[in-house]
Amino acid sequence: MSDTADTGPVLAADGTPLKRSLAKALRVQKTRALMLIAPLLIFVFISFVLPIGNMLFRSVENDIVEETLPLTIPLLAKWDASTGELPDEAVYDALARDMVVAVDAKNHTKLGTRLNYELTGMSSLFRKSGRVITKWDVDADAPFKEKFIDLHEDWGNIEIWKTIQTHSSKFTGGYFLNAIDMQKTPDGIASQPESKQILVKLFTRTLIMSLVIMMSCILLGYPVAWILANLPARQSNMLMILVLLPFWTSLLVRTSAWKVMLQQQGVINDVLVWLGLVQDDARLIMINNQFGTIVAMTHILLPFMILPMYSVMQTIQPTYLRAAKSLGATNWTAFWRVYFPQTIPGIGAGSILVFILSIGYYITPEIVGGTKGVFISNRIAYHISSSLNWGLAAALGAILLAVVMILYWAYDKIVGIDNVKLG
Amino acid sequence: MAKPLDTISMPVSLPFTLSLVGLLIAALSFVAGVSTAANFSQFLLTVMAGAGLAIAFAYALISLFDSARPAMIVSALLGCAIGLALGSAGAAVLGIILGVIAARLVFWVHYRQYRRGLPTYLTSNQVLWHYGFRSICGAIFIFLITPILVVLPLSFNAEDFFTFTPEMLRFDPEGYSLKHYRDFFTNNEWQRSFKNSLIIAPIATIISVSLGTLAAIGLSQSHVPFRRAIMAMLISPMIVPLIISATGMFFFYASIGNWLEGSLGFNKTFVGYIKVILAHAVLGIPFVIITVTATLVGFDRSLTRAAANMGANPVTTFFKVQMPLILPGVISGGLFAFITSFDEVVVVLFVGSASQKTLPWQMFIGLREQISPTILAVATILVVISVCLLTTLELLRRRSERLRGMTPS
Repeated sequence: MSDTADTGPVLAADGTPLKRSLAKALRVQKTRALMLIAPLLIFVFISFVLPIGNMLFRSVENDIVEETLPLTIPLLAKWDASTGELPDEAVYDALARDMVVAVDAKNHTKLGTRLNYELTGMSSLFRKSGRVITKWDVDADAPFKEKFIDLHEDWGNIEIWKTIQTHSSKFTGGYFLNAIDMQKTPDGIASQPESKQILVKLFTRTLIMSLVIMMSCILLGYPVAWILANLPARQSNMLMILVLLPFWTSLLVRTSAWKVMLQQQGVINDVLVWLGLVQDDARLIMINNQFGTIVAMTHILLPFMILPMYSVMQTIQPTYLRAAKSLGATNWTAFWRVYFPQTIPGIGAGSILVFILSIGYYITPEIVGGTKGVFISNRIAYHISSSLNWGLAAALGAILLAVVMILYWAYDKIVGIDNVKLG
Repeated sequence: MAKPLDTISMPVSLPFTLSLVGLLIAALSFVAGVSTAANFSQFLLTVMAGAGLAIAFAYALISLFDSARPAMIVSALLGCAIGLALGSAGAAVLGIILGVIAARLVFWVHYRQYRRGLPTYLTSNQVLWHYGFRSICGAIFIFLITPILVVLPLSFNAEDFFTFTPEMLRFDPEGYSLKHYRDFFTNNEWQRSFKNSLIIAPIATIISVSLGTLAAIGLSQSHVPFRRAIMAMLISPMIVPLIISATGMFFFYASIGNWLEGSLGFNKTFVGYIKVILAHAVLGIPFVIITVTATLVGFDRSLTRAAANMGANPVTTFFKVQMPLILPGVISGGLFAFITSFDEVVVVLFVGSASQKTLPWQMFIGLREQISPTILAVATILVVISVCLLTTLELLRRRSERLRGMTPS
């Protein structure tokens, strides 16, 4: 015992220095933990993180122009649009060769659709041209400049060429500009025409409505959380069921319930008419507008506010309030100066959670929101499934994701993701 | 004013009771007056008459009876008689109920029973606030639960309406039927989507529970490098808006699916199921991680060390010692994952094709396009399922607490 202390490093049972042996044990422990986590980590990475990264990439990706017109684009790049003259014959010749290949592969309509986002009329130009160009023989039929302009007068329009030139780069910020109602034009960045400006409005509406929903959740959730935390256990468990049952009920059930309640021939209107508060021919319009979305979403998200508040309030000693009162505080002062500050972590956790959830909501606004009460998510879904402008959808998604990630980070700082509790 | 504290059961002054009851009834007849009265004088008359009748009624009860019970009986009989005079059995029942409540209320106010169970030192304002606050909370609870309760009776509607028919309000058996349930159980579309949900949700749950539990055990070790970053990544499917996850998966899984079909020659439907199941498994993972790590916080590490000491290998230790103790957490995580998949509509809408149509998808279509009350029948069935799940969870939570109470910490 004493000799090891004198002669050098402490040794483990097998003769290696204890320090090294401990380090090895720690390394083994770390590896084992990582091995346990690895399968899930890989799974989540492949089936969740990668798809989202892929989507984000789509918001800047723009290789369709260059891929469809590989010969034209390099030649067009040398063309100086500011001279006000059309590109020369070489460009038209290259375009004819590219188009013949593209029409064969049926890619020209896709390109037309892509460029149509930037300049209306491009889609039909490419479609119409495609029908004629298939009959051309690229080697025998030159020169093409006159032919193109005969085919469609737009090929003699300098704006068309400028647009192709502007949007020929492999990557583009154009979708992000579109997402904030701006556009990339040959003359630089400009705002969209008035009639197309809806996205910024939608973003602001999404933010404002999420804030309203959050505020109403705080207002409705606070008293409920207070009473749940302060009643005797038996009674509060009974009342807790009333909070947890909606929490556990399918989202679509709750949404359909609100549709039943709010529509013009619905339960609330019927009751109001029966009471005589509302005339039968002047039933309230409570659905397919912002009111419907706010009411339904407040109801749906309220448990997410109540549960974090409740778990914070449970830990607050009732003696603090009594102490404050016995020191002469009025009811209000005791609440506002002593109780309320201690509940702020709960309010913060609940608010961020509700805000994050509501800002990306899709189903409920889609069903009860009509046109006035929809969120930015509904617009994303529209661009994915109806208008097929996937780049714009991805850009909108990227902006929304950035907002949510900032909030998520804040939530992690304030509450810590490890402390999220369910039910 | 300065009454001694021990006179709590003494009646308050008669004018107080009478004016309170009068005010209450005046408020009620205000509503009735607004709805029925043709002009202002008629309206005023309704309110005055209501309040006057109520005051007279309360005065009669207080002066005739000393305790609440006989007053309630007499008042109930009175209500019953009025109801019968109005001509229907329903009105008589309503009359009895209202009579009992009215008499109870009068005595509750008059004999200060509202102070029972409250600290004696509260001022009148505090008592008023106490009841006011309770009423506010009650209203919020009603807001929380009413939409769900309204759906249940409406699903038995005999008509194809989304609202209560006069027959239903009269409790006429003609007004009720099981036809929407019959539709659900016979209609092919609904049955197929229900079956799809029952295929997809359990498999997705199994994937997320098995991978999630392993990872949670790994995460709860004492030395995990990058613990915070890993945790943030594993929880992110819960935080990222569903529409974004759905968009990402839409592009990505489409190419994966094409690859599976093209180069491996899998059946299109089969590939569709794989895509939806994988997508749902990812969405369920955060719930498993959260619940299982929460359970592992209370797990005593010395138990595994003791097992290893007695010669058990890690696998035996896991299944014989650790697993039984954390099982409640694992099961409740599994339930969360199950309900997430079972209730999910956005992702399946984007990733799946028509042959993977799930129950929520079918409901979503029903709500958006052809509105059929069968949705309400389905909703009722889902509410019943969620009640069962909730009960299971509660039982599990209690069991887990009991187990933890037994383990030394």
